[in-house]
Parts: sequence; C-alpha cells; structure tokens
Amino acid sequence: MLRYLLARLVTFLPTFIGVTLISFAFIRVLPGDPIIVMAGERGMSQERYDALQAELGFDRPILTQYWDYLGGVLQGDLGNSFVTKRPVWDEFFALFPATLELSICAMILAIALGLPAGVIAAVNRGKFFDRTLMSAALVGYSMPIFWWALLLIIVFSGNLGWTPVSGRIDLLYFFDDVTGFMLIDSALSGQEGAFRSAVRHLILPTIVLGTIPLAVIARQTRSAMLEVLSEDYIRTAKAKGLSPGRINGLHALRNALIPVITVIGLSVGTLLAGAILTETIFSWPGIGKWMVDSISRRDYPVVQGGLMMIALIVMLVNLTVDVLYGLINPKVRKQ
Amino acid sequence: MSDAAQNTAAARPGRLREFWFYFSENRGAVIGFYVFLAFVVMAAGADILAPYSPTEQFREHTLVPPFWQDGGSSQFLLGTDPLGRDMLSRLLHGARYSFLVGLVVVTVASIGGISVGLLAGFAPKWVDTIIMRIMDIILSFPSLLLALVLVAILGPSLTNAMLAIAIVLQPHYVRLTRAAVLTERSKDYVTSARVAGASLPHRMFKTVLPNCLAPIIVQAALSFSTAILDVAALGFLGMGAQPPTPEWGTMLAEAREFILRAWWVVTLPGLAILITVLAINLMGDGLRDALDPKLKRS
Repeated sequence: MLRYLLARLVTFLPTFIGVTLISFAFIRVLPGDPIIVMAGERGMSQERYDALQAELGFDRPILTQYWDYLGGVLQGDLGNSFVTKRPVWDEFFALFPATLELSICAMILAIALGLPAGVIAAVNRGKFFDRTLMSAALVGYSMPIFWWALLLIIVFSGNLGWTPVSGRIDLLYFFDDVTGFMLIDSALSGQEGAFRSAVRHLILPTIVLGTIPLAVIARQTRSAMLEVLSEDYIRTAKAKGLSPGRINGLHALRNALIPVITVIGLSVGTLLAGAILTETIFSWPGIGKWMVDSISRRDYPVVQGGLMMIALIVMLVNLTVDVLYGLINPKVRKQ
Repeated sequence: MSDAAQNTAAARPGRLREFWFYFSENRGAVIGFYVFLAFVVMAAGADILAPYSPTEQFREHTLVPPFWQDGGSSQFLLGTDPLGRDMLSRLLHGARYSFLVGLVVVTVASIGGISVGLLAGFAPKWVDTIIMRIMDIILSFPSLLLALVLVAILGPSLTNAMLAIAIVLQPHYVRLTRAAVLTERSKDYVTSARVAGASLPHRMFKTVLPNCLAPIIVQAALSFSTAILDVAALGFLGMGAQPPTPEWGTMLAEAREFILRAWWVVTLPGLAILITVLAINLMGDGLRDALDPKLKRS
C-alpha cells in the first residue's frame, strides 16, 4: 500500500508543477500586455508603466519570475487582485465556502437520487420503468445547464414565485460569518426565517448543478449493477434462497459501488465547471462567478491564482479517489 | 458476433449493413440518427429554408409571440426577438453554426489527439511518459474553465472558442488512442508486419490505427455533442460567438433579460441545443453498441 501511495505521489508532483507552469504562462506567454490592459482606455505614462512592471516583476527574466511565483504559491501568496488590491489567496478562501456548500448540496442530491434510480433501473431491466428512467437520465446528461437554470427561474421564480432568483440569502438577514456555510450560519444566528431563506436560495442552484452528475451517477450505477447481477455469486445467493432485497442491496450494490465511487470522484471537475455557469446565472458569490467576473475584468492575478487553485483541488480530489480505490481494491495496488 | 478488430479492419462486403444491423437494434439510436440528419439538412439548407435573413430587423414587430399564442402571426412562425428578428430564421442559421462547431472541434481534436496518441504508443518510454503527464495536466483543469481562460486571452470569438474547446477535448483522444495502441501493438499481426519489413509509419497508420478506431469513433460522436454544449456555454458567457451571430448560446445570452416577459426567446434556442445534443448522444450510444462489442448491452 505504501508503495502504491508513493507511486501516486510521484506522478502528482510533476502534474502540480505543470499546473503552476500553465497558470503562470497564461499571462506572460500569450499575446496582450496585462499592464496595458490594466490601464484600460486612459493609457498610462511611460514612468508609471515602468514602475508597474517593476512592481509586478515583469522586467525580470522569465525563469526568475516563475521561481518567485512558485515560491509564492508554496507559501500561500498568489499576488494581489488588480481590482480589489486584496490578496488572491484571501479572496479565494473567502468565496470558496459558497461554492463548496453549493457543490456538496448538488452532490448529495445527485447521489441520493442517482444511486437508487440506477439500482431500480438495473433490477427492472428492459421494463417501462428502466426505459423511462434511462431516457430521463440521457436528457439530463445532454442538458445545457445554463438554459435549464433559466427555465427553472421562469417556472419557479417567475410564474410560481416560490424561490428567489439570486444570491444566498435575503438582504433582511445579517449575521456573522462563522463557518462560511450559509445553511449552518443562518441556523446558528437564531434569526427567525433566516435558515428558511437560505434553503430557498439554495434549491434552484442545487438542482441545476446536480443535474448532470445525477444523470451520470444513475447511468453508471445501472451499468455497474447489471454487470454485477450477472456474476456467479449472485446466482449462488439466489440459489441459497436469499430475499431479492438482500441480494440487490447487500451483495450486488456493494460490489457495484466501486466504479460508481470513481465516477463520483471524477465529477468534481464537472461540478466546478458547472459552478461557473450556475453561479453566474444565480449571482451566487462563489469562486465560479469570481472567475468569470475576473476574466471579464481582465484581473489577471485572480485568473492565474484561481485557475491554479481550482486545478489543485481537482487534482487533490482525484488523488484521494485513487488512494481510496487502492484501499478498496487490492488489484489496483498491484499494477 | 465479431470483435472490434474485425468489425473495422476487414474490408468485407456488407460491412455497412452489418454495422446498421447492430446500430438499428437500438431504437433510440435510430431516432437520434434521423433527428441528426434533420439537423444537418437544416444547417445545410438554412438559406433556402429560413423565411428571412437572420439579422433582418422588423422594427414594428418586436417580441411577437409564436403563431399559436395570442398576438402571434403566421408571418413569424416562432415569433420575433427584442430587435424584431425572426426567431425561426435565427434558429435555422444557428444550426449551421452548431454543426460547424461540432465538425471543426471534432476534426481538430481527433486529428491532434490521434497523432499524439499514436506517437505516445510507439515512442520510447520517456517520450510516452512526458506526453501522458502533459495530458494529465490539461485534464486537471475543468474543461470549461480552461477554455474560458484561453478564450479570454486569445479574444472572444467563435474561432477562438472552437480552438479552445478542441484543445481541451484533445487529451481524451490521446488517452484512448494510446491505450488502444498499447493493446494492439503486442499482438501477433503487428509483430509479423514488422518482421515482414513494414516501416514504422506503415505500422502506425496502416497496421495498428485501423484497429484502434472503434472507441475513437464513439468518442468522436460524444465530443461532437460536448463541443456544441461547451461552445454554447462560452457564447452564453459572452466569450464565444459575438452578437448578432445567431449562435444558439449567444442568442440565449442576448435574451436573458426578457426571460419573464417573452418565454420563447429563451426557451427555443435552449430547446434547439438540447434536442441536437440529445440526438447525438443517442446516436453515440448506438455507435458504441454497434462498434464496441465488449461494451455491448451493458
């Protein structure tokens, strides 16, 4: 196991360095001078330009710049935002809980509905229920989620008036940031209706963000279950006279879960990409919206730092999934 | 039932018929195929089929609802947008952009990915390692985010959006091709080709590649729909095709503020994206069933 862990870490390090290299290179190698962009329409004097270049270190050799950047990254220094002048690192962690909260809720929704749906479809293979469910899953999988969000807003916010259109909570409520998770903070604040408001704000974004993972999990669970259900040990269990509930739930599902867990781990990247669209549409103050805003404001330090941090999160999650996978499945370790 | 290798490599007569036999077993796939065909016809014939130019503005007919609704007219079957442009004509021309996007992205990504994958599969170990590590790095970024940043720096346009999505999708082809090449390379027919004196390029492209094509074709179908979705998403975020281009995602972005006043300007472009993507995904499932017997009926 230790060797497997080490082998995974050995591939992790070069990938991490590559990720820093790419996010570093984006600003400097591709066309467009970030300082000119910063100046905007007004332009700037040559002295100011030189001063800024020195301040941002753009006048030094590119290798030195990268070395400093890498050193900064390892110490949690990603530079300051051009716009707010605050450290990118601080901004990231101030906004990350919002994205995390939304992603966790979306994942819970996807797993809570996707797993049972996949199991039921597999058990009732070829029947009406299976076909309906899998058609729905395919529609979900093909869904342009930015459009799906607008549709839900039309129906639930516009016509029915059930849910708010944007933000995390009504402006009426004001309380301290304890955990950064609005659901927990609003409950802790003890204010009448604050928790309900937070929940109501969370519903539509959760559905939108959870749709594609839900479809993927349902499809994956179904096909993994079908594979397991045709194994010999399931036939043995049937021959032993075990109840179908016990066979499907205990024997089959447990073995079908391995590929499903992998898919769940891999959908973190999908989730973060989906967060970009979902957060933009619902004005959800998380890192997805932050990235889109920074890109359109040409706030390069934020784009660079955010890109790296998001990739780092995806990599860490994938690493964790790999390690867990090795723990569950000894065959993987041997390879 | 033949295996993947025979299915694609052996040029026996009736190969297409055999393919269609398996493909048409999947009813969804056949429906998807016909919808896709209709989509191609719309894209090709947009100029003839569309009643108006997609950019022509009828200033006295803004936000006319579709014909079946009160206030709708048969002059504009699917209504008009806030600038008085005919929705039907814009949607038809939009099909053209989406088709173009899918075609260009898949072509660029697959040619690039297959070449790099072949190289990785045949090259010495260290080249292989470097290539695969680079692909890992690209895959560490959520694809839409990487495409967004690429487009932001290259400048928002349809061409750059397509390029960015192609770059982001390309590692999947590299991985697939490399994996298939590694399996095939150790087989006897490749060894005998080498013994018979076949050159390396000949072995790469003539001997091995045709036997690796089945999963790649399935991937091509799936990335066709991913490309359409992602480029529409970029258009929606203002980083893809620019107005007044009747690209579906861009149309949605333009229509956002009218969401509660005129449902059709928001609903129809999205529905067009959904139907197209769904049809292609249905087709992809059928292709997988027909070309990849290992995955059959799972």
